[in-house]
Amino acid sequence: MTTVAAKPAAKPATMAQALGRALRDAMADDPTVHVMGEDVGTLGGVFRITDGLAKEFGEDRCTDTPLAEAGILGTAVGMAMYGLRPVVEMQFDAFAYPAFEQLISHVARMRNRTRGAMPLPITVRVPYGGGIGGVEHHSDSSEAYYMATPGLTVVTPATVADAYGLLRRSIASDDPVVFLEPKRLYWAKDSWNPEAPTDVDPIGTAVVRRPGTSATLITYGPSVPVCLEAAEAARSEGWDLEVVDLRSLVPFDDATVAASVRRTGRAVVVHESGGFGGPGGEIAARVTERCFHHLEAPVLRVAGFDIPYPPPMLERHHLPGVDRVLDAVARLQWDQ
Amino acid sequence: MTVMEQRATRGAGAPTPPPAWQPRTDPAPLLPDAEPHRVLGTDAAADADPELLRRLYAEVVRGRRYNAQATALTKQGRLAVYPSTTGQEAAEVAAALALEERDWLFPSYRDTLAAVARGLDPVQALTLLRGDWHTGYDPREHRIAPLSTPLATQLPHAVGLAHAARLKGDDVVALAMVGDGGTSEGDFHEAMNFAAVWQAPVVFLVQNNGFAISVPLAKQTAAPSLAHKAVGYGMPGRLVDGNDAVAMHEVLTEAVTRARGGGGPTLIEAITYRMDAHTNADDATRYRSDAEVETWRAHDPILLLERELTERGLIDEAGMQAVRDDAERMAAALREAMNQDPVLDPMDLFTDVYAEETSQLREQAAQLRAELEAEAEASEGSQEGGGE
Repeated sequence: MTTVAAKPAAKPATMAQALGRALRDAMADDPTVHVMGEDVGTLGGVFRITDGLAKEFGEDRCTDTPLAEAGILGTAVGMAMYGLRPVVEMQFDAFAYPAFEQLISHVARMRNRTRGAMPLPITVRVPYGGGIGGVEHHSDSSEAYYMATPGLTVVTPATVADAYGLLRRSIASDDPVVFLEPKRLYWAKDSWNPEAPTDVDPIGTAVVRRPGTSATLITYGPSVPVCLEAAEAARSEGWDLEVVDLRSLVPFDDATVAASVRRTGRAVVVHESGGFGGPGGEIAARVTERCFHHLEAPVLRVAGFDIPYPPPMLERHHLPGVDRVLDAVARLQWDQ
Repeated sequence: MTVMEQRATRGAGAPTPPPAWQPRTDPAPLLPDAEPHRVLGTDAAADADPELLRRLYAEVVRGRRYNAQATALTKQGRLAVYPSTTGQEAAEVAAALALEERDWLFPSYRDTLAAVARGLDPVQALTLLRGDWHTGYDPREHRIAPLSTPLATQLPHAVGLAHAARLKGDDVVALAMVGDGGTSEGDFHEAMNFAAVWQAPVVFLVQNNGFAISVPLAKQTAAPSLAHKAVGYGMPGRLVDGNDAVAMHEVLTEAVTRARGGGGPTLIEAITYRMDAHTNADDATRYRSDAEVETWRAHDPILLLERELTERGLIDEAGMQAVRDDAERMAAALREAMNQDPVLDPMDLFTDVYAEETSQLREQAAQLRAELEAEAEASEGSQEGGGE
């Protein structure tokens, strides 16, 4: 009997683990990668994403900063100017707002301001979205603010494998990336092999998560599992729904989205962010501009209500769930 | 008696408070002097190096001429706007001269003179203010960060860069410039705090020129002085006469040397005065009196240097004329360069937004290209039409 060195096999892993592994591998591969933020060192981050990094790479590479988001991102700018590749952790979506000026006035446009002489390879990790029972200011969907800022790349994974692959690609990018981590998927498990992580498509590539023929659900991040569940439930209604996971909001993959909608002839955009001025309006407009003659019905949006994020005991009424998605699908003018 | 001592006396037998209650450092050595540091016009001036005096004089005179020329260019429509540092040349020039070539300068929008005194081509320094692009030079080549228009936002950049250099083992110092108004911004506070916590090799130079556009310092802060703010962060604060080029050079050089040697950051407040309005678009008579301006005219940085140089016989009229002639040549060259129309390519708007143009930007670039072609055809057509 011959013994073969057992290849580490894929086993259940969480998105949080995959993100931590991506940071670790990026730091091991590239000595210019520095992780910085509030509680990222000794504690390993409030979500434990950076667990073990300070121990393995030292506190100069994984740094507990003073509690000041503008200062964290502002100093990261200077570090990037000197050739480092900072990965900044913003503790929660709504805690990232003090850093907005640095992000918008400097990070997003430094490449452009300097005619390409000084791009800033900074990754800003932001845990975002609701559904975790968080109190006020812990559950915002802030992606529309970032999407509206030219120069930023905006990425959000929905699976364990994408979390690893997209974070590695974001850190390797020479452009600044706002990496939005759907915090309610942190503990979602998937079969994944941390010793042999597979690469993912380049940033800016959407993926068809579930092929279908009746209508396309266009979604991203925390709403991807909701849409997949809705698609399963829709089978009993006789609808075969396609689910497109955008994976990056900027750059936006018009080609994949438009190809899907041209095939199905119907589309619903689904996200937690508010509808008014939210990503869905932009996406619906882009789809309409490109697929008008293929559409059997107006593009609909299923979004969070246009309200400040609700208290945790009421958040289930706010978050787009399976029923709200199916209600929208039902309104796609099937009787014509 | 301090509160802590009172507690200790009153509570004999009571448990001692935890050690964290004690102040961590003695604030006394961090405090700025009551009066701004001065050299020119004092006994200390006798020790000033003649070469340094002559160098500072030449640079300050050039700086004054540069300010006059740039202001004139706004009137001729060659610059969109110019925030002048007339009256503040000593601080601008000293900032540049205090740095080694490997060091970095982080200027605000008002500090083009410091960049020019560092050796940057004035045309490149003024690109932002001419309006043909945002930054006219490669920051890494000159180790001058882009001029920062949002107030105080460049300060944390300086801290981060200095910190990164220190991590790498390079003895590089960052000098960050800001005005009195900028010290009210949150980024000033965060930068100071990060710098002190990290002991980053950075020097903060605040030019207190009396006004944030129209708002006087009294409406900006209730601090004993801006230099005193340093103490709260655990770094030394220095107060200096910003119109005294020698004192400025001394204090800045000390702070830079200290930072380079691992001694950590310093906050320097230079007391000076903006002789011109905020920019060419501002009307300073709405918020300050001519009499006030006149008192500062008597304390002009050029006068202070000239007095010292002539009293010590270090320069004669011919020498001063040579300096003025040199400044005039610089101004003539700047005038000539700025009178050339910049070459603009509208298609540049789409390059350098991202490393790779997105498909959306490609579409928009195609739209602009078509518009430009249509514009060109129309103008050709109208020219032909005009010939008939």
